[in-house]
Amino acid sequence: MLETIWFVLWGVLWAVYFMLDGFDLGLGALLPALGKSEQDKRVIYNAMGPFWDGNEVWLITAGGVTFAAFPGTYAVMFSSLYSALMLLLFALILRGVAFEFRGKVESPAWKSIWDACLWLGSFLPALLLGVAFANIFMGIPIDQKGVYQGTLFTLLNPYGLLGGILFVLLFMTHGSLWLAIKASGELEVRAQAMAKKIWPVLLVVAVVFLAATWFYTRLWANYLTYIWLWILPLLAVAGLLLSRVFMAQGAWWKAWGASSIMIVGCTLFGVAGLYPNLLPSSLNPAWSMTVTNSSSSPLTLKIMLGVALVMVPIVLAYQAWAYATFSHKITDQDLAYEEAY
Amino acid sequence: MDVLMLSRLQFAAATFFHFLFVPLTLGLSLLTAIMETRYVTSGDEDYKRMAKFWGKLFLINFAVGVVTGITLEFQFGTNWSRYSQYVGDIFGSLLAVEATLAFFLESTFIAVWVFGWNKLSPKLHATTIWLVAIASNLSAYWILAANSFMQHPVGYVIRNGRAELDDFLAIVTQKWAILEFVHTLSGAYILAAFFVMGISAWHLLRGNEVDLFKKSFKLAAIWALIFSIFVAINGDLSGKEVAEKQPTKLAAMEGLWETTKAAPMYLLLWPDQKNARNSVEALPIPGALSFLAFGDFSAEVKGLKDFPVKDRPPVLPTYLGFRLMVGLGALFILVSIWAFLKRKDPQSSPKLLKLLPWLIPLPYLALEAGWLVAEVGRQPWIVWGMMRTADAASPVAVSQVATTLVAFILIYGLLGAAAFWLIFRNARKGPAPVKAN
Ligand code: HDD
Ligand code: HEM
Ligand code: HEM
Repeated sequence: MLETIWFVLWGVLWAVYFMLDGFDLGLGALLPALGKSEQDKRVIYNAMGPFWDGNEVWLITAGGVTFAAFPGTYAVMFSSLYSALMLLLFALILRGVAFEFRGKVESPAWKSIWDACLWLGSFLPALLLGVAFANIFMGIPIDQKGVYQGTLFTLLNPYGLLGGILFVLLFMTHGSLWLAIKASGELEVRAQAMAKKIWPVLLVVAVVFLAATWFYTRLWANYLTYIWLWILPLLAVAGLLLSRVFMAQGAWWKAWGASSIMIVGCTLFGVAGLYPNLLPSSLNPAWSMTVTNSSSSPLTLKIMLGVALVMVPIVLAYQAWAYATFSHKITDQDLAYEEAY
Repeated sequence: MDVLMLSRLQFAAATFFHFLFVPLTLGLSLLTAIMETRYVTSGDEDYKRMAKFWGKLFLINFAVGVVTGITLEFQFGTNWSRYSQYVGDIFGSLLAVEATLAFFLESTFIAVWVFGWNKLSPKLHATTIWLVAIASNLSAYWILAANSFMQHPVGYVIRNGRAELDDFLAIVTQKWAILEFVHTLSGAYILAAFFVMGISAWHLLRGNEVDLFKKSFKLAAIWALIFSIFVAINGDLSGKEVAEKQPTKLAAMEGLWETTKAAPMYLLLWPDQKNARNSVEALPIPGALSFLAFGDFSAEVKGLKDFPVKDRPPVLPTYLGFRLMVGLGALFILVSIWAFLKRKDPQSSPKLLKLLPWLIPLPYLALEAGWLVAEVGRQPWIVWGMMRTADAASPVAVSQVATTLVAFILIYGLLGAAAFWLIFRNARKGPAPVKAN
């Protein structure tokens, strides 16, 4: 029971992480496409400025919770995905410092170095996270002892790559919607057009991904047993369709909300299909890391549950307050502000 | 080289690098919070400009601290998976608590602080930097409690082939954790104080922004004195704890091979691990080691030869690290007294002002040396007496770890150079001019 609660929380943490940092990563990946002038680029940086760091902590927490609640999975998953994870971390390092360093020197060359870092540090994580999760959904070659029997390239199979592309598109849609909310004038229009342009591609990739999931993974098995789980893929589809409806209406906040639902729905769709596995073995289902064979002791799970039930609502409350404080459109005055990026 | 050696090198490189930025965050966040509080309570604009100036340096440093911390959090899984599996029940929960309790607070409010100067009331704005400072210092407690578990495991049972949690409170309130926390924080506060004094001195010598830098100097000088005395006192307590619980580390810190009653401390010493002796041993202070370890000049101190060769840590780095830390600690006390005496009118002593900027690197050195003692001295154990480092590494390929080690060195090298260059540049530039409005 406790293990199952933690499994759900584990999925929710990843979903919240993708929903929040998703727009930063997507927007960063679109920097070269959307940021035509220095002014545009600064708007883009400042659209993410107050949020990206707090968003990234959801990743740290998702990782920490994997460690705390399912140490067996943490150990096997992270050592199996060694090279992919390290690439992800290096990319996130580049992104993180780009924010802080870019504006500190008035030189176009200096700035373009950090623009490149922001782009790479956003695009690569989006892609890698997608590849990693698609592979987790599918199962990876781990043996009886939890030792990975593949290489980095084993992960770059068609389904894995499709997952990567799906994540990049999801995040890019999410990011352009966020910019449509935060920017004004020509940049706002460009962001709106971008969201509308990506959407049909996303639709196609999402459909292909769902279909491929049927052939490549065993996720659907749970859906055939527990009919009520269908709410999750339906949520994802509803989010996808609604986001387009709201775009057409020019309701950008709502469109962004719908795309949040889509991301959460997609993540939970996969996670719910995994249960009771956290990391299936593609060599032999008996070697998979599951909620029972990889979890912490009941005492640890109880204490952690207490911490989570108290702290997560508090975190959500102050993060929501921070979002509300900085949710307005970025003005010239904001850019002239001496602490702005 | 094998995976184990490479992983150790990589972990050491990553933590040392992380810890180049951590202490300034811990100390300067508090100093900035104090400055801004002064501004709110007195309305003196100088304090606001101070908070902004030091805050800017703080932010550059903070960014690097954050991004390098994330790699550490994941490295336990990537590089030490057998360790993670064995103690994850306990260790993982401490890291997860650290993230939910401290990292969220810190990362959310730092952004509110940066972007909120015009949006929040001055009081609320000052509160946000306090939250950042408190959260940073709180985060240190959890990670150090985790580290203390590795130094002196308590509150666990061995069950199901791993260490399982038995008593959470025992782990987070054990003496080792408290001592390590107090000692590490004092060291960090010394570093921040010397950082502020050094930069203020440089500007005072040139007559820039005299009022503002005099105020900064005074605050930092008081801190430097308090904490450099404090660090020595609680360092002595740490030493006694080590003597009691990790006799091999203590012996390595002092290069002691034979078990000795009334053990002296040699001012000059050079250990020779291969032959289990010291190749140089001169200028003894009689009984000093016994006294430092047990508070009794005639107590018996265990030598390394009492332990099997496979249980002995590398002596030379442990010994040198300890000497360096304590030596620098003594120097900090002397300099702090001098600075404290001149705190009201530092410009009356150009000698002091010329000296201080050169001392900024020294607390960095002392802190890293301290960690060298604590971590290398703990070897060959990853968890003292429970698990050996050799049994802890992940079953990954040598080529993988070798590649990432090279990548770490390259990326961190460039990153570190850029960060310190930016800090240096902004420090020289001084505070933004007062706006004419
Ligand atoms: C929470 C745990 C933790 C914390 C707070 C630290 N370390 Fe550590 N350290 C480890 C957990 C650890 C470890 C995972 O246990 C390692 C890896 C291999 C080993 O034996 O211990 C280690 C090894 C290790 C080594 C290599 C020792 C050797 O293999 O000979 C060095 C030099 C450091 N650490 C330095 C540091 C520094 C500078 C820290 C300051 C931030 C630090 N450690 C904090
Ligand atoms: C080796 C173990 C360590 C791990 C796994 C670790 C993990 C982390 C992580 C994930 C972050 C980023 C948090 C964010 O995004 O806000 C971070 C930052 C930080 N860590 Fe560590 N850390 C370690 C060692 C330490 C130690 C020993 C201390 C303090 C004594 C410390 C103090 C801090 C502080 C103050 C920050 C805030 C950012 C900054 O330093 O500028 N860490 N750490
Ligand atoms: C002046 C007298 C000092 C004494 C007697 C002393 C003593 C000690 C001892 C015995 C340890 C090992 C504890 C362990 O193995 O866990 C230690 C560790 C450490 N020291 Fe010191 N120290 C002194 C000064 C300083 C100074 C000036 C700094 C930095 C500015 C510093 C920073 C550290 C750090 C960061 C550690 C590792 C964390 C820890 O284990 O507490 N120390 N010190």
